[in-house]
Amino acid sequence: MVEHRPWNDIIAYAILTLGVFIVAFPVYVALIASTHDAATVIGGNMPLSPGGRTLENYYRAIFVGGSRTSREPVGHMLTNSFVSAIGIAVGKIFISILSAYAVVYFRFPFRKTAFWIIFVTLMLPVEVRIYPTYKVVSDLQMLDTYAGLILPLIASATGTLLFRQFFMTVPDELLEASRIDGAGPFRFFWDTLLPLSRTTIAALFVIQFIYGWNQYLWPLLITTQDSMQTIVTGIKKMLVTTDELAEWQLAMATAVLAMLPPVAVVVFMQRLFVRGLVETEK
Amino acid sequence: MEKSAFFNNKLLPYLLLVPQLVITFVFFYWPASQALWQSFLREDAFGLSSEFIGLENYQALFAEPQYYKAVLTTVVFSTLVAALSLSIALLFATQADKNLKAAPAYKTFMIWPYAVAPAVAGVLWIFMFQPSLGTLARPLRAMGFDWNPLLNGNHALILVVMAAVWKQISYNFLFFLAGLQSIPKSVIEAGAIDGAGPMRRFWTIVFPLLSPTTFFLLVVNVVYVFFDTFGIIDAVTGGGPAGATTTMVYKVYADGRLGGDLGGSAAQSVVLMVIVIALTAIQFRYVERKVQY
Amino acid sequence: MANVALRNVHKIYPGGVEAIKGINFEVGDGQFCVLVGPSGCGKSTLLRMVAGLETITGGDIDIGGRIVNQIEPADRDIAMVFQNYALYPHMSVYNNMAYGLRNRGMPKPEIDTRVQEAARILEIGSMLDRKPRQLSGGQRQRVAMGRAIVRQPKVFLFDEPLSNLDAKLRIAMRVEIRKLQRRLNTTSIYVTHDQLEAMTLADILVVMNGGQVEQIGNPLAIYQKPATTFVASFIGAPPMNLMPLRSDETETQFAGDGRATGEAAVLGIRPEDFVISSEPIAGGIALDLTVEAIERVGAETFLYGTRQHEVQGVAANPGELPPGEVIVRIPGAIAPAIGERIRAIAPRQKLHLFTADGRKRIDL
Repeated sequence: MVEHRPWNDIIAYAILTLGVFIVAFPVYVALIASTHDAATVIGGNMPLSPGGRTLENYYRAIFVGGSRTSREPVGHMLTNSFVSAIGIAVGKIFISILSAYAVVYFRFPFRKTAFWIIFVTLMLPVEVRIYPTYKVVSDLQMLDTYAGLILPLIASATGTLLFRQFFMTVPDELLEASRIDGAGPFRFFWDTLLPLSRTTIAALFVIQFIYGWNQYLWPLLITTQDSMQTIVTGIKKMLVTTDELAEWQLAMATAVLAMLPPVAVVVFMQRLFVRGLVETEK
Repeated sequence: MEKSAFFNNKLLPYLLLVPQLVITFVFFYWPASQALWQSFLREDAFGLSSEFIGLENYQALFAEPQYYKAVLTTVVFSTLVAALSLSIALLFATQADKNLKAAPAYKTFMIWPYAVAPAVAGVLWIFMFQPSLGTLARPLRAMGFDWNPLLNGNHALILVVMAAVWKQISYNFLFFLAGLQSIPKSVIEAGAIDGAGPMRRFWTIVFPLLSPTTFFLLVVNVVYVFFDTFGIIDAVTGGGPAGATTTMVYKVYADGRLGGDLGGSAAQSVVLMVIVIALTAIQFRYVERKVQY
Repeated sequence: MANVALRNVHKIYPGGVEAIKGINFEVGDGQFCVLVGPSGCGKSTLLRMVAGLETITGGDIDIGGRIVNQIEPADRDIAMVFQNYALYPHMSVYNNMAYGLRNRGMPKPEIDTRVQEAARILEIGSMLDRKPRQLSGGQRQRVAMGRAIVRQPKVFLFDEPLSNLDAKLRIAMRVEIRKLQRRLNTTSIYVTHDQLEAMTLADILVVMNGGQVEQIGNPLAIYQKPATTFVASFIGAPPMNLMPLRSDETETQFAGDGRATGEAAVLGIRPEDFVISSEPIAGGIALDLTVEAIERVGAETFLYGTRQHEVQGVAANPGELPPGEVIVRIPGAIAPAIGERIRAIAPRQKLHLFTADGRKRIDL
């Protein structure tokens, strides 16, 4: 804004505050709900201030599980979510940094073909191929396993593209200097390229962790046992009870727990997150 | 774009590619081609034999009213979500761009819905708007408005739209903000000196220069609605009431759960594949032609 | 047509940094004023304050008799040419120039006349349909000027418009800008860090340093009589030789004059005011130099020499000046060899004397 009108800034602050309010309100409501007892929440007149049942609710949610639903305690689901999210992030980073390295730093027949094969996967998210992929996982005996949760989701090309883009910006002279110094492909990768890629790896990790943590459709399909539920799929199941009223306060506590790790990651690693987001979409 | 410096190993690159290629083949190409193949088949009730029936599955699909309903729902859904979340995000981004002191703090706040799983977002919103106990449902009903997303299809759609828009605002906000900040300040100043007031400057200078970002986000938002909203829908309405919030992806899931028509389900998947490929192709082609200053 | 007056203008940034420390000067109607100084001296800030892009903390800025402190840029009747041209990337050249006129509600035929006329003057008529990214740097520059011209404003403001061009183009454009301004007779304020550009363009030259004005005046007058050592070394290339004098040296050299009172001072002599000669020079200065380096540029040669302590056998030049490097210019290409000893003399009227802190000129 070039003009210097004081009420201009006031309007801007007002709008942004409204924005923050809109963004924060649902989460706030959930937080509040997780601190009250069942009766208050269900009664329909829940106040907007915290209640006194915080510890109790969270304890029950994490360790005991809903009494009326025979659902697993959330603690176990949290573990599953962690394992699969980290598995997806690490797995994706691992396979894509290797394939990007191959495609950028080597010359070999079918190099371009290989790249295109990988590139095409960008086009189809897992939701488009759910049942056939389900069949494959089932045939491989991977239903209700971590492998089944993780592997199909690391297939897409986002990581490879990201690393490829990054490798392109690394000066050729570094490679030439390394070769003169007697380094082969492994040394170059380990000693030079990898340290340089640290921020890119971290950015991708952040994005993939959130992506993996927030997966819903896929875990829903391939996990039938309660012990393999992730926290994100578990929440929905807490609300679906055929004869009893859902225990909303526990569901909200679960929701808060489900949001905590990814939000923490975004807030504390904001710069990396933004960078990762912007880079992967190019 | 190629590196001029490279290694000459013959076997190593293939080995490096193996993990990705194997996973891609097993979990991507094989299922995708299975879907394609199955869409041309009809299986019997026991899955023992299958018969090639060409495009019959597709014909049946396009003749089915529920399919059209799903398509319509998807289109309405994506239009609403895209329009709302883009405009709201743009509004916030323009305000945050104004060099306010607190802007970085606001930015942090606006980003966090991205981290919330769609399913969880759905749960939050259904909680707020649950007819009997929702915090925001109460005032609505108090005003005499018979708010009931569990029974009223339109209400359900509105609720799902709100949840989806809420989640998508942060992503759009980030990209709009980056786009706004890439416009050189001197161009804006030149506009001011040229007699254009703030609104005129926005519509004649800023908005046109933002168009690559806007277009990109438009495509992303549409793809988002098509696919990522599954969690929201399942959490909030389960596709109901009476299919009012069943999008095309949801229908694939639901039909598959009921079991039976593998061919029809595959055909639906293939239609979705074609759509998303088209959208992605448009996005790549257009984004390549980004405006250079 | 208007003059621009700055009266006691101050700018203090919110953090407390005082960027502009009380500036006073006036630019007459139709005059070309150049603000020159090193990076960070505040010249661009001052220009932007005249434009209305920066706020004024104190003092008044007056355009055409009207105080404009609170008036928005769009209403000050000014036009600005930015360093990076700031053309609207998504508009054609024609629309870039027409934009400002459209915003002011001018009827289409009149807009067209003005744009075509400006395009003719600047020789960009063939490019009206192109977008800025299809143009070269020099062409974009012209479009930026075209955008300013069509507005027919009271004042033109230029913010280092030639800095992004290569050297040859810069020289050619410099002449064009001057010719254009003379033709249109519009009051202009031009910012640059290049002292040569400043010298050749200005009717009035304002030399700035650290948020203050060091000297204002006609370029040639500033060149011949710089007011401070900063101006003396900033204007003119290669820079003036500045040699600190102890109080006894000043006494010896200049006491007879009655003005220099025997305090420490700084003596300045321009390289081009030296002559290589063994002749005695009454009242002037003779320096014995050993040649350290030679720069031949074709039409002239620059000698870099260091001074020796002893001065031999020349009358009327008592006093030793402390050692240091001195630059001497000699016309032509024939020069002494490196290591040779030469004597360079300068007459009294070519000497410049400043107070020891360099802030004031002492007239001889």
